[in-house]
Amino acid sequence: MADGTFVNDAALVAAKDLRLELRSRVAVSQVVPFAVLLLVIFGFALDGDQTTLQRLTSGLYWVAVLFAAVLIVQRAFAVESDDGVRDALRLAGMRPASVFVGKAGAIFVQLIVLEVLLGVGVAVFFGTTLTGWGLLIASAVVAAAGISAAGTLYGVLTAGLRVKESLLPMLLLPVLAPVLIGATRAMGAALGDVAVDGWSWFNFLAIFALIYVALGLFAFGPLLEES
Amino acid sequence: MVSETVISLRGVVALLGRFPALARLDLDVDAGEIVLVRGPNGAGKSTLLRVCAGLVPVDSGNARVLGHDLRADRRVIRRSVGYLGHDTGLYADLTVRDNVRFWARATGASGADADAAMVRLDLDTRLADIIVARLSAGQRRRVGLAVLLAQRPKVWLLDEPHAALDENGRDVLDEVLRQAAAGGAAVLVASHDHGRAEQLAHRSVSLAGGHVHSVREPGGTGVFGG
Repeated sequence: MADGTFVNDAALVAAKDLRLELRSRVAVSQVVPFAVLLLVIFGFALDGDQTTLQRLTSGLYWVAVLFAAVLIVQRAFAVESDDGVRDALRLAGMRPASVFVGKAGAIFVQLIVLEVLLGVGVAVFFGTTLTGWGLLIASAVVAAAGISAAGTLYGVLTAGLRVKESLLPMLLLPVLAPVLIGATRAMGAALGDVAVDGWSWFNFLAIFALIYVALGLFAFGPLLEES
Repeated sequence: MVSETVISLRGVVALLGRFPALARLDLDVDAGEIVLVRGPNGAGKSTLLRVCAGLVPVDSGNARVLGHDLRADRRVIRRSVGYLGHDTGLYADLTVRDNVRFWARATGASGADADAAMVRLDLDTRLADIIVARLSAGQRRRVGLAVLLAQRPKVWLLDEPHAALDENGRDVLDEVLRQAAAGGAAVLVASHDHGRAEQLAHRSVSLAGGHVHSVREPGGTGVFGG
């Protein structure tokens, strides 16, 4: 029965996931406030010292993005766990790789929105002046792609487990450590805080994203089957 | 009635962990046939349906659905199977219309098929734009059935389909299943509502301990099998 193209199936899944978020407003009412709250807490922890906060902006920004990303990934797979939906997804006969791309795509879109909002957040709360827009945007996009791909892979890996809520962050955060390092360096270079070649870190992030996209395309099916 | 065998199980064993939920089970279901699966709790009714849907692997035995080997081609079989279990497989935060359209398109059916199924199940009313989380169990069951109807599967696998439905819903369900069978689909129904389900079925099989204990033909008495 399922004879849609790869792209159509992926678009169908992504549109469904984004519609779910628009209707449930979990991202708007919980994830974004949580991420902004993190920025505020960082401010309290560092005594509201603007100089320190501006110097550490890139690291604090990406820590906030990663923690919020874990919530987004958890939510993306929680909706597939209710009321036999995962069985229905298996029975639908869509290519697993297209489901992977669709789910990762929806997470990617949410992450981009989150990154923009947190960018405004660091400008407002830390007084950071955003510069180096080309590198800033490019590294944010490839970092979001890497987080989405790895998150989708580990999301489906833990989806069927009873302890998924605590296991997902434990597995995913170490895996995303290279993104934290690379994105922090690239953003630091864009903001002029660190004297490194930001574009080489962009390349690093792009390679990470490519590896996890490739892994996801091949491994998502078997993992969905076993979840 | 067409006599093509759609489901053919021979000596099928399916394990849930180490427990043999199906133990050397034999069963044939022909195209156009509605078969009622009976049995006490734990007899293997739900596992039988899930095995036929390709959701539970076959550990040994010969199992074919629509000519495909269930051990080798589970994914191919799934595309032609409609399964409604105890869960309805619906997204709680999407509306009825969103759910039916999404699952219809995901299984290769069109938006028109989805809309027609909603009309058939009386869901094209104010219910269409209500999120599933706000529906009663019976209404969710109706939506799950609409999803199946939109898919037009060749094999219908239904676990306690009458549960939670009101009288009108049960009448609609029976009519939908009769039409599906008349159109050549094979229908396997596990139900405790024997009175209604027996009227619907062409044949009933009783499971006990994971295998077929007896087979009852229309108007006949129990015959030991399996």
